[in-house]
Amino acid sequence: MSKYSMHLLVCGGTSCHASESDAIVCNLRDELEAKGLMDSVQVIMTGCFGFCEKGPIVKVMPDNTIYVGVKPEDAQTIVEEHIIKGRKVIRLLYKDPVTKESISDSKHMGFFKKQLRVVLRNCGFINPENIDEYLVREGYQALGKVLTEMTPEEVIKEVKASGQRGRGGAGFSTGLKWELARKNQADEKYVVCNADEGDPGAFMDRSVLEGDPHSVLEAMAICGYSIGASNGLIYIRAEYPLAIERLKIAINQAREYGLLGNNIFGTGFNFDINLRYGAGAFVCGEETALIHSMEGLRGEPTVKPPFPAEAGYNGKPTNVNNVETFAAIPAIILKGAKWFASIGTEKSKGTKVFALAGKINNVGLIEVPMGTTLREVIFEIGGGIRNGKKFKGIQTGGPSGGCLSEKHLDIPIDFDNLIAAGSIMGSGAMIILDEDDCMVSMAKFFLQFTVEESCGKCAPCRIGNKRLHELLGQICEGKGSLKDLDRLKNMSLVIKDTALCGLGQTSPNPVLSMMENYYDEYVAHVTDKKCPAGQCKSLMEYVINAENCVGCTACARVCPVNAISGERKEVHHIDPSICIKCGACMEKCKFDAIFIR
Amino acid sequence: MSKITSLADLKKKREELKSGLDIRVKAIDPEKIVQVKVAMATCGIASGAKAIMEFFMEQLDRRNVAAVVTQTGCMGYCYAEPTIEVKLPGQDPVVFGFVDLKRADQIIEKYIKTGELVDGIIPVNYQTIDLKE
Repeated sequence: MSKYSMHLLVCGGTSCHASESDAIVCNLRDELEAKGLMDSVQVIMTGCFGFCEKGPIVKVMPDNTIYVGVKPEDAQTIVEEHIIKGRKVIRLLYKDPVTKESISDSKHMGFFKKQLRVVLRNCGFINPENIDEYLVREGYQALGKVLTEMTPEEVIKEVKASGQRGRGGAGFSTGLKWELARKNQADEKYVVCNADEGDPGAFMDRSVLEGDPHSVLEAMAICGYSIGASNGLIYIRAEYPLAIERLKIAINQAREYGLLGNNIFGTGFNFDINLRYGAGAFVCGEETALIHSMEGLRGEPTVKPPFPAEAGYNGKPTNVNNVETFAAIPAIILKGAKWFASIGTEKSKGTKVFALAGKINNVGLIEVPMGTTLREVIFEIGGGIRNGKKFKGIQTGGPSGGCLSEKHLDIPIDFDNLIAAGSIMGSGAMIILDEDDCMVSMAKFFLQFTVEESCGKCAPCRIGNKRLHELLGQICEGKGSLKDLDRLKNMSLVIKDTALCGLGQTSPNPVLSMMENYYDEYVAHVTDKKCPAGQCKSLMEYVINAENCVGCTACARVCPVNAISGERKEVHHIDPSICIKCGACMEKCKFDAIFIR
Repeated sequence: MSKITSLADLKKKREELKSGLDIRVKAIDPEKIVQVKVAMATCGIASGAKAIMEFFMEQLDRRNVAAVVTQTGCMGYCYAEPTIEVKLPGQDPVVFGFVDLKRADQIIEKYIKTGELVDGIIPVNYQTIDLKE
């Protein structure tokens, strides 16, 4: 048996890595070495815990204590206090934002309480660079089960029965996709894992690959067996160096054990996986564009049919699934389709991983059953809006999705409910907006992204989105009219109907949903020439309130363009024709005499 | 690394590796298993608490008792070191003092396995304040 009495899990996801978590590991090990505890305490670097907001995270097992915001220099305190003296280091514990209590056990933290981890089952629990730890977590047993006990048809039937729908965004039935790929006969077929995570604010695929790479490799092999393929390819963006590194280690370890390669489990089934790097173009998340990019061609989409299941990579039948879709497959095989189908809503089964970003207290990665409401996600797991501000909206599905408002908070999240509400599930990015966010500027921001990422092949996307972006820019500058709002809407609908691929067809979604839910705000921009959220610089004016101004001259001294005039001890005045609206005066004023009109 | 050539092979391998993750797997739900805390302050260690802790870790595993053994600070019973606290699922914790290897063995065989109390119990003689209240 292992002599270790304690495990220290240190988060090694990209975000914690950037906050020096490897230095924490080094310091902890040095400290343990110095105290002669190396034999009884093991330090393990794991994948993402999901609680990125408070990273780096150090979790002490077996007592389940979570330390947040740990710095390398805290290693000594943790070893001396917690490990040697058995006392928790209170200053490093998580504080509940509402009750201000220190909470040590992760099970009592709102962030973890409502979550159900299927895809993230091993993230933050095992060392992703050690296949043995994955094996202990029933790793590769699902592959063993399908190879020795099931026919390919039975596997497909099981996956179909689970009701799993593709987590990349479109929500197409995974089992059906496999079935189509199986039906098409060819001398060679391919299994492709789409790890080209492009939505701004989405990082679940990266976290799965960094924290539990073997779950994806195992699922790809299962898929290969089901559709009759012996080649697997992972298309991953080169911007994910840590995920690539861990995938390489994982693939090599699996090959060494004979879990990838020829004659797996002595059954005669051959399957191997290789990596293909993408340059980070958004459109390459679209499966036809992705395949072209892998073939060395330009990453441009082509019209379907033919679907990849008929003619994909190198013209051969190809099955493309997303990272998150694959990661759930071993669990579905081992625990059964019935179990998976018992989680979630009628038409959306299982759990979904969401990446929380924006004006929310607990920025991070969460996994909840389908059917959890937006309110639960934002206010219970997410800990509510930052700085006590008011919730305004939530953009789901990235730049292809829509923005939902307060009235949508209680809808249970699933593929169909989000579409009915005017948004989409997408990859699961959730960007939370508060009262200070202007909905015209936000729509413009998302369009800026699609304009830059459009591949330029079809006119509606290349030209239409550009024109939409210009119109929104004019409205932000106070140069819009009510007619422009109609124009925005019409053009959006035309682009949706006529664009070639998913990128263009969904790009006007933010505009449409924001106009639908925040129409008054758009009207205010064009008729009153006002930005209610106070974000559009052209529409605001800094003014001095004569009653509060004492003439201290602080504002005049800080103004970079000398737009403020006034004698000492007399009321000052801002010249709007000179003012550049930098806000420095308002920040400086101690008497609340400057406000935005 | 030797190759894994069959499903049975994989399962065997898993059994071999299992204990490496034990600490973490048990921590998922420690309330459901036996929890043993060994007082490992200076006084405890000087009286041999480290050997006792190792004994519990090794023997509980060997005797197939699902348990989590952790160390804790000084419980204040320095006169009775080594001291340990044992918490059976759903019961209040019990503190044992003067734990040597013989008594440790009795604690496992009698108290942990059958619930029968053994000598050396230290009655809880204090209340702890709860900082949250």
